[in-house]
Amino acid sequence: MTSLANAFTLVAVGCGALLFLAGTLGLLRFPDTLSRLHALSKADNLGLGLIVLGLLPQAESFAGGLKLVCVWLLAQISAATASQLIAGVLYRRKSRP
Amino acid sequence: MTMLLDLALVAWLLALAIHVARARDDQGAIIAFIAFGLLLGLGWTRLSAIDVAMTEAAIGGGVTGMLLLRAEARLRQRSSQPQTPKRTTKAAAAIACTVVAAGLALAVLSFPSPAPTLAPAAAAALDSTGLGNPVTAVLLAYRALDTLLEKVVLLLALLGVWSLAPDQLWGGAPELRQTVAPPPFVYLGRILPPFGVLIAVYMCWVGADAPGGTFQAGTVLAAMWLLIMLASLRPAPETRRTTLRLLLVGGPVLFFAVGFLGFAVADGFLSYPEGAAKPIIVGIEAALTVSIALTLGLLVAGPSSRAPAP
Repeated sequence: MTSLANAFTLVAVGCGALLFLAGTLGLLRFPDTLSRLHALSKADNLGLGLIVLGLLPQAESFAGGLKLVCVWLLAQISAATASQLIAGVLYRRKSRP
Repeated sequence: MTMLLDLALVAWLLALAIHVARARDDQGAIIAFIAFGLLLGLGWTRLSAIDVAMTEAAIGGGVTGMLLLRAEARLRQRSSQPQTPKRTTKAAAAIACTVVAAGLALAVLSFPSPAPTLAPAAAAALDSTGLGNPVTAVLLAYRALDTLLEKVVLLLALLGVWSLAPDQLWGGAPELRQTVAPPPFVYLGRILPPFGVLIAVYMCWVGADAPGGTFQAGTVLAAMWLLIMLASLRPAPETRRTTLRLLLVGGPVLFFAVGFLGFAVADGFLSYPEGAAKPIIVGIEAALTVSIALTLGLLVAGPSSRAPAP
């Protein structure tokens, strides 16, 4: 049972790390701000989500797992807001002559 | 493997520091500085100094960055011509930084091995304070005087910021809100503060026995307050308000009062009576957290920019 949980952790955290790598590549290589934002939020949301999911079986207690999920939720909220703010600034700059 | 990770972290920190020093655009440099603070927090975590790491992330990565960004925005408004420092100024700053860094490096390298430490003594006396976190014991019991003076310095810094306001605006409210707060930001300002306040209360409470404490909790509270003010959900308070000023000095005043009470009930200034140290320390920490939160928030908000309402 423990080895199964460990394998799950390895796979999920590995996938999360891979997503972060892909997101960083996108951030560096994509041509315009909106697609860079897209790459960044994918890495933030899904990558961190997978890492948290992978760490859940390793949590010592139920409260510990809940804290991990809360970290993901809070990061979600702040990342979504930051993306919206950056995109909003971009939109206003474009619509202004 | 961990060695590799640490080396990567050090290389990253050095690269980021050089980038901050070399960046031509001020805003970019400040944002890199914020990232530097967060990375430095990771570095402290690797050194098992969780209390320092949390403070570094909160102060170095949070409040300082925000203060610098506000200052930069204000400077940009004032002058149309961006002013770059002269070559001699830059050279002098570079030399001063190099001398300080080299001196610190020499001092650290010249320690005998193992380095002299008071850690065993601090851990041994921990039982007499009733605390579980040796860092809190150092800050609020063994070296309480340093902590007390540090809080007074914070208040003096706020007085310095306030005194930048012109005479007719003295006592008025600082202006922090944006002309139009974007809806996503207002949404964040509505949903995040309950979590933030909960986390701050937890950090302050758990500080007695685990990493956490007044500065970290106060910074989180200040961040939530700033979020609310920036989202225009609540205006910044008038700085002449009596309740505000009482809360600002409340923490240090309580600290002083307990200190002087030490003459009557214990061994002298800032010594706590036997057995009652922990509740007193937790009480001081609670009052200090509120004071720090208000001080940091008002530091970022800046000097008053509106005349007090008649």
